[in-house]
Amino acid sequence: MTRYILRRLLYGVLVLLGVNLLTFVLFFAVNTPDDMARLSIGGQRVSQTAIEKWKAERGYDKPLFFNTEAQGKAAWTDTIFYDRSVPLLRFDFGFSDEGRDIGHEISKRMGPSLALAIPTFVLGLAVCVVFALLLVFFKGTPLDFSGVVICVVLLSISGLFYIIAGQWLFAKALRWVPYSGFIDGWGSLRFLALPVLVGILSRMGGEARFYRTLFLEEMGKDYVRTARAKGLSERIVLFRHVLRNALLPILTGTVSAIPLLFMGSLISESFFGIPGLGSYTIDAINAQDFSIVRAMVFLGSALYIVGLILADISYTLADPRIRFE
Amino acid sequence: MPTFVFLWTDIFIFSLLLALLLYAFRAARSVALRAAWSSVARTPSAMCAAVVLLAFMLVGVLDSIHYRPLLPAPPGAAAGAPPVYAPVLRSALDDLLSASALSRPEKTYSAPLAIRQFTKETELIDGKPVRDFPRLKHAGRNVDADSERGADILRLGLRGLGAGALLSLAAALLLTVFHFRRAQTPAQAWLAWWRGVGGIPWRPMWITFSLLALVACGAGALGLNYHVLGTDRTGNDVLWQALKSVRTAWAIGTLTTVAMLPPALIFGISAGYFKGRVDDVIQYIYTTLTSIPGVLLIAACVLMMQVYIDNNPGLFSTVTARADLRLFLLCLILGLTGWSGLCRLLRAETLKLRELEYVQAARAFGVGHWRIMRRHLLPNVMHIVLITMVLEFSGLVLYEAVLSYLGIGVDPSTNSFGSMIDAARMEMSRDPMIWWNLMAAFVFMLALVLSANIFADAVQDAFDPRARKFRPRLTRTVAPAPDSPAPSVTARSQ
Repeated sequence: MTRYILRRLLYGVLVLLGVNLLTFVLFFAVNTPDDMARLSIGGQRVSQTAIEKWKAERGYDKPLFFNTEAQGKAAWTDTIFYDRSVPLLRFDFGFSDEGRDIGHEISKRMGPSLALAIPTFVLGLAVCVVFALLLVFFKGTPLDFSGVVICVVLLSISGLFYIIAGQWLFAKALRWVPYSGFIDGWGSLRFLALPVLVGILSRMGGEARFYRTLFLEEMGKDYVRTARAKGLSERIVLFRHVLRNALLPILTGTVSAIPLLFMGSLISESFFGIPGLGSYTIDAINAQDFSIVRAMVFLGSALYIVGLILADISYTLADPRIRFE
Repeated sequence: MPTFVFLWTDIFIFSLLLALLLYAFRAARSVALRAAWSSVARTPSAMCAAVVLLAFMLVGVLDSIHYRPLLPAPPGAAAGAPPVYAPVLRSALDDLLSASALSRPEKTYSAPLAIRQFTKETELIDGKPVRDFPRLKHAGRNVDADSERGADILRLGLRGLGAGALLSLAAALLLTVFHFRRAQTPAQAWLAWWRGVGGIPWRPMWITFSLLALVACGAGALGLNYHVLGTDRTGNDVLWQALKSVRTAWAIGTLTTVAMLPPALIFGISAGYFKGRVDDVIQYIYTTLTSIPGVLLIAACVLMMQVYIDNNPGLFSTVTARADLRLFLLCLILGLTGWSGLCRLLRAETLKLRELEYVQAARAFGVGHWRIMRRHLLPNVMHIVLITMVLEFSGLVLYEAVLSYLGIGVDPSTNSFGSMIDAARMEMSRDPMIWWNLMAAFVFMLALVLSANIFADAVQDAFDPRARKFRPRLTRTVAPAPDSPAPSVTARSQ
C-alpha cells in the first residue's frame, strides 16, 4: 500500500513537471515577454527601454530555456524557465506581475472559497442522492417520470440563468438575501445562502439522473432479489440494502473532487462578489496576469493529482476486493 | 453578382451536412445501423426533438451562406473598372429577414411589440423641448395613435397564425399523400399516419411542426412591423440576435467534437491496442492535460490566439472573417483540450475488443497493426464516438455561454447566446426591469439544448443497449376494447 502510494506520488510529480512545461510553453514561447510587457504597460508605442526595464524588474530579461552566455550548469539554471518552474515545485508562487505575493493572496482567499464550496458540495450531494432515491422508490409511476423530465429540463438550463434568476427572485423581488458580497465569520451565512442554493440547483439535474441510473443498476443485482424473496418490504430493501451498496461508489467517486474545492467556483464567486480563488483567477485572466494564472494552473493540477490518489485509496478502503499490485 | 465568401466555419458546416448525407446513405445500407436508427425513429419524444433541431439547423445553414454584395459603381468610374464589393458580409438569413423590422436597428432599448422607446428623451416639438418616450423608427409605421397599436398587433398576429395553420395543414396533406401508397382511400391514409401504423410517430411530429409553424409565422408576421422581442441597449432587435446566435451554437457544438476526434481516436485506439509502453505514454499525456483546470487551459490558448490575431490584422478582409476565425479556433482549442474523456472511453473499449476472436484471428493471419486498427477496431468503436458527439453537443452550447461570460469565448462582434447573456446580466436589476433580452436567450437556448438532450438520450438508448433498461416509462395500459380506435397509448419520456 505504502509503495503504491509512493509510486503514485512520483507519477504525480512527473505529471506536474509536464504541466509546468506545457504552461510555460503556452505562456512564454508564444506570448513573448516583450508582448507581455507591452500589454502590461499599455499602448502600442512603448519605448524599448521601458520594455527592458519592465522585464528586468520581473526577471523576464533572461533567455527562455537555454542561456548561451552562462557556463556549465548555469546555462540551464539561469533562464526564465528555471526561475519560474523550480520555485513552483516548492509551492513558492512568487510575485504577481503587479508585485503582490501570490502565496499570501492564495492563503487569504482560500477561506471564502471553501466557505462557499464545502456547503455546496456536501448539501448538493445529499440533495441529489435523496432526490435520486425518491425517483427510484417511485419507479414506474408518474412521479418517477416527471422527476426525470424535471432533471432533463434542469440540465438544459445554463448555470448563468440560475444565478441571474436567483438574484432577481430572492434579492430583488423577495429581498430575502443581499445581492452579493461577503463578510468574515458567521455573518456571511446571509451572503452564502443564495450561492449555495444556486450551486445545488444547477448540478442537481445531471447528478440526480446519474445516481438514479446507479441505483437502478444496483436494484437489478441478485442480492436485491434475495432480499425481496425473504419478504422484506420494498422500503427496507431500498434503504438498508441498495442505498448502502450504491452509496459506496458514489462517495468514492466524489472523493476525487474534494481537493479541487479549494480552487473555488469561477462563475459563482464572480457573480456573488465572493473574494475567493475563483474570482482571483478570473481577475487574473481579465488582467492577463500570467504569473497568477500559472500559479493557479499549478495549484489546480496539484490538487487534481491529490484527488486522484485519494480516490484510489478510498476505493481500497471501501472495497477490500480491490488490491494494488 | 455578389461574391460568395466561404468562412472557415461555413466550410465546416457545409462539409458536415455532406458528411451527414453520406452517413445517412451508409446507415440505410447497413442492417445494424438501420436497426439502431429506426429505434430512434420510433421514439416519439426524440422525433419531436428532431423536428425542432431541424428547424434550428435550417436557420444555422441559411445563416452560413455568406456573400459580399456588389456595390453600385461610383459615378465617375471607368467602364472596365473592377467591381467593388461591400466590406460587410451578408448571409442568406439576413436577406430573408430584411423585409421585416428585425434587421433595422433602433436607438436603444424598446420593449417587445412596443412602438415607443423604453427610455425618455428630450425632443424638439414646435420649437419647444418636450420630454417623452420617442416613437420607434421601424416599428408600428402605419399606426398613428397608441390606442391603435393593439388592433394592429392583433391583425398582423392573426394573419401570421393563419399562415402557420395553412402551413401545418399543408404538412398534414403531404403526410397523407406520402401514406397513400399503403391505403385505398384518403381517409385511410390519414388514419395511417395519425395512428402511427408504421411505428414512426408522425402525429406528435406533426403537432410539433404545427406549433413551430404557428410560432414562426406569427412572429414573422408581427416582425414585419414590430420588434417582436424588443431591442437591446444598442437598439438591435433581440429576435434577430437570437436567430444569428443559433449558427454560433451549432458551430461550437459540432466543430468541437469533430476537432477532438483525431487525437481521441488515434491515441485511444493505439493505447488500447498496443498496451505497454505506448499506453503509458498516452495515459501520461491525457492525465497531464486533464489535470490542468479546463477553463485556465482554454483561457491561456484563447489569449495566445488573440495575440496572434491582433498581430496579423492583414489576414482578414472583413470584420466577420476575423470574428469567424476566432470562433473556428475557439472550437479547435475546446476540442484539443477536451479529447481526453473520449480517449479514455475508446481506450477501455479497445482493450476489451483486442482480446476478441476476430482480432486474434486477424493477427494470426498476419494482418498489419494499422490495418487491424482501421478495419477491425475503428468500426466497432464508432458507436461510442456517435454517442459522445450527440451527448457533448448540449454541454458545449452551455459551456460557450460561460466562456463568453468570462471574456474568453467568441469575438464580441459574433452573435452568441453567451454574449447576449453577458450583455444583459445587469439589466434584471434595473428598475423598471428589462427582461426581454435574457428571456429571448433563455428560451432559444432552452429549446435548442433541451431538444438536443432529448435526442441524444434516444440515440444513446439505441446504440448502447445497457442504457435502455433505465429509461423511465409511463405506461398507461388502456384495455383494448374491440371497437376502440387507439391500439395502444404508450408515452415515453426523453
